[in-house]
Amino acid sequence: MNSTPVQGKPGPHVGLFVTCLVDLFRPSVGFAAIKLLEAGGAQVEVPRAQTCCGQPAYNSGDRKNAVAIAKQVIETFERFDYVVAPSGSCAGMLRLHYPRLLADDPDYAERAEAIAAKSYELTSFLVGVLGLKEVDATYVGTVTYHDSCSSLRELGVKEAPRKLLLSVAGLSLVELAESEVCCGFGGAFAVKYPEISTAILDAKLHDIEGTGAKAVLSGDLGCLMQIAGRIARENAGIEVRHVAEVLAGMTEDPAIAAPRQKREGNGQRQAARLQKSSRRRARRCGVAKGVA
Amino acid sequence: MAATADDARKKIFDRIRAALGVASLDRVRKAAVERRLARHPRGTIPARAKASREEPIALFTDMLRKQGADVLRVASGKEAVAAIASYLGTCNLPPRLRMGKDPLLAALPWREAWDIERNFGAAEANDRATLSRAVTAAAETGTLFLVSGPDNPTTLNFLPEAHSVLVAASDIVGSYEEAFDRLRAIYGEGRLPRTLNLISGPSRTADIEQTIVRGAHGPRRLHVLILG
Amino acid sequence: MLNVKRGFIDKRRAAKAKLPEFDRLRAEARELKDHTLSHLDLYLEAFERKVIESGGQVHYAPDAAEARAIVLQLCQEAGAKLVTKGKSMVSEEIGLNAHLKAAGIEVVETDLGEYIVQLRGEMPSHIIAPVIHLNKETIEADFRRAHQRLPHGRRLDQAQYLVAEARQMLREKFLAADIGITGANLLIAETGSAVIVTNEGNGDLTAALPRTHIVVASIEKLVPTLEDAATILRLLARSATGQEITTYTTFVTGPRRERDPDGPDAYHVVLLDNGRSEMLGNEFADMLRCIRCGACLNHCPVYGGIGGHAYGSVYPGPMGAVLTPQLQGIDRARDLPNASSFCGRCESVCPMDIPLPNMMRAWRERDFARGNPPLSERLALKLWAYAAKRPRLYRLLAAIAVRNLARRGGARGSLRTLPFVTAWTGTRDLPAPQGRTFQSLYARAQSRKR
Repeated sequence: MNSTPVQGKPGPHVGLFVTCLVDLFRPSVGFAAIKLLEAGGAQVEVPRAQTCCGQPAYNSGDRKNAVAIAKQVIETFERFDYVVAPSGSCAGMLRLHYPRLLADDPDYAERAEAIAAKSYELTSFLVGVLGLKEVDATYVGTVTYHDSCSSLRELGVKEAPRKLLLSVAGLSLVELAESEVCCGFGGAFAVKYPEISTAILDAKLHDIEGTGAKAVLSGDLGCLMQIAGRIARENAGIEVRHVAEVLAGMTEDPAIAAPRQKREGNGQRQAARLQKSSRRRARRCGVAKGVA
Repeated sequence: MAATADDARKKIFDRIRAALGVASLDRVRKAAVERRLARHPRGTIPARAKASREEPIALFTDMLRKQGADVLRVASGKEAVAAIASYLGTCNLPPRLRMGKDPLLAALPWREAWDIERNFGAAEANDRATLSRAVTAAAETGTLFLVSGPDNPTTLNFLPEAHSVLVAASDIVGSYEEAFDRLRAIYGEGRLPRTLNLISGPSRTADIEQTIVRGAHGPRRLHVLILG
Repeated sequence: MLNVKRGFIDKRRAAKAKLPEFDRLRAEARELKDHTLSHLDLYLEAFERKVIESGGQVHYAPDAAEARAIVLQLCQEAGAKLVTKGKSMVSEEIGLNAHLKAAGIEVVETDLGEYIVQLRGEMPSHIIAPVIHLNKETIEADFRRAHQRLPHGRRLDQAQYLVAEARQMLREKFLAADIGITGANLLIAETGSAVIVTNEGNGDLTAALPRTHIVVASIEKLVPTLEDAATILRLLARSATGQEITTYTTFVTGPRRERDPDGPDAYHVVLLDNGRSEMLGNEFADMLRCIRCGACLNHCPVYGGIGGHAYGSVYPGPMGAVLTPQLQGIDRARDLPNASSFCGRCESVCPMDIPLPNMMRAWRERDFARGNPPLSERLALKLWAYAAKRPRLYRLLAAIAVRNLARRGGARGSLRTLPFVTAWTGTRDLPAPQGRTFQSLYARAQSRKR
């Protein structure tokens, strides 16, 4: 169960691509990622010179800046064995789009291909490369999982997060009727076309509510902020977290868009109560450790 | 704006060749095109179409029925005529049929159904029932192949309320490709009749609230008889 | 709206499941289309030869205006008063109906859905299901308004009555039409045939009954052989409606032959360019593989949310987002490729493997290069990129911003309003940041270790 790396041989050297949203909005996800990667036997380093993967520029048609940022990312991360991001969209950017962006650049084309080949979304890296089969964490309640479009369709991530979630003590997973449908975030799309974004979001929220789950998880913070933002606005009382937080047993912090203190209102009170009890349980069970 | 038809034609071809970056006299390209046209290579044929001798008929029947046609297998011409007469009765249609000069249809023992009035030629507006013969059929999707001409005028397929189609069991093949090869045998390479109709059920529409309704413009009923 | 789309989604999935060879066929279809497009001039020539050999005529229309002119001339030469039409997106693209009407010719759409939108003076909202946006009560009202000479007390409260009435009204038109105009789903070079697929049979009545049949089709509809047509036909209906095949798949080759007792005396094919040749040479060439199945529309969350009319284009949905800027110019049509979350579902269900999101992004690049996006967007992006390229500045600004936002979010954990991003906060709370950036927390943790 415990995979200490073979005596004397260090685990793979992983550069953590934090992602701008995690960096700015929810650092706890970054720390959860590190915890999981180390539990899987990796040596994690977080290069300081990282900012953004360049998606905002790329998807807005600003190729010049997208290229500039991509080169910067390549320069910062190419020395690692692997580049891992707690985000399907950022990992997808590196894996699929950097080679396309730099295909005609004599200096960077090959380097882009090289980094693409070793870039991964977090859960697929844990399961597919580190061989993690389970985690030692507790989270009591029913959760549902939203597959981000980039994770699903750009990277083929589907089973990895579910495999790990099913090993979380106390957790039962119920599938959305339409887990593969967009949440409406789409990056800048969410603010450029807010009505359409919200219409798509409401369909997703309807689906989430239909599962009766206490919490909704995903591997992409953009999706999560979109979903949490509407849940908070509608007072829907469903907890929203990044899957890494749950897998790492780090759910003491308030959920996304959730209040920091106890408040009136069904949803928040229940959420706070459950948070407290899960914190207690996590302390009892100890640190996440199970590996191949 | 192009001044003449030739100008317009030249304009388009020039644009295409410019976009592709090719010259009009490129032997390699010409050869590739001629080769494909002459050889007409087949792509993947679905496994279900590559069935054994008896299975095409079972598959054919099953698919057509699912698509809303009435399908009956008859062992003889006598049975066929009886089935046609019976069908007209069931549909509450007068014993009147329009058909073409198809020899197989003409050779059916019509005296056995002496009260059926048979008219010939292209369909007319108030023909309520017609009879055609399918030259071949593809079992893979329950699809009849009917060809235009004096034997089976095309309008017979579309104007009536009820369309009966006779197909010889030996003419039912598995795949579209085999059906096309049969047509090539009849019409020659690179040639088709004026109209080839692939018919896989009675006329239908789902345009209104996705509710399927029969008889949108073509026949409400399709009656298929497999002979032999 | 969303319910209807579910139907198409489920049906397509079921049809695909019943055909294990589906993905193989997609790859082959892509290959054969790419081959055809890279030899399009030669296949067009072969097609033309065959059409002429079969007794038909071929006309070339470099753009929409010329196509309209050609068709009008053919109608006038035939002295046509009444024209029936099979469903043709290309004819909508070139604005054919209005042009003929203006010249005093009565034009009647015969596809039931198209007939209804014609009565309403609307455009179809879906390329396969034109009145997917209407309920039967609305259609009943339209029929009562349009079919004045039918008895008032008649029942029209169910689909079957509406269809029966349409059948009756349109039958008169079919029989009286001087000219029938259809599109073509495919053009086959090997035989000079046009392939028309319908479930209703209206395409066939349009093609077979009048004295003249005109096919209007864009040049990329070409495929080399009957076998190639078979490959694509195996994908078309399954992707569009989940049927194994449409009820009627018709191959039309020229006018009446010597012994034919029915069929048109004259047969014309009008080949339309209108931007296709340009696409052959630019980054949108893959779009020419489109077979107009509508699967991308059915699976698109944007289309599902807003409906076809919101696109303001003959071609809505993802395929419309790529094709429309080519036809109308990116300046006018910029919203179409921009209003996408790039979820990628369209590409995943496209039977022809068309990389739709990538091409929408290519349009965005052109849009950006022309300075089209609003100033606020360009400015925001510029600032973001400026900071993103300067990690130290970025870290500094980020730290300040998140501390500020976290404070505003307070105990509530989210912000209900925020200047500059009312586009977000109009409908959603903005989750409050945790207060410190990851970088600053990590740096602190690392320094503690030492």
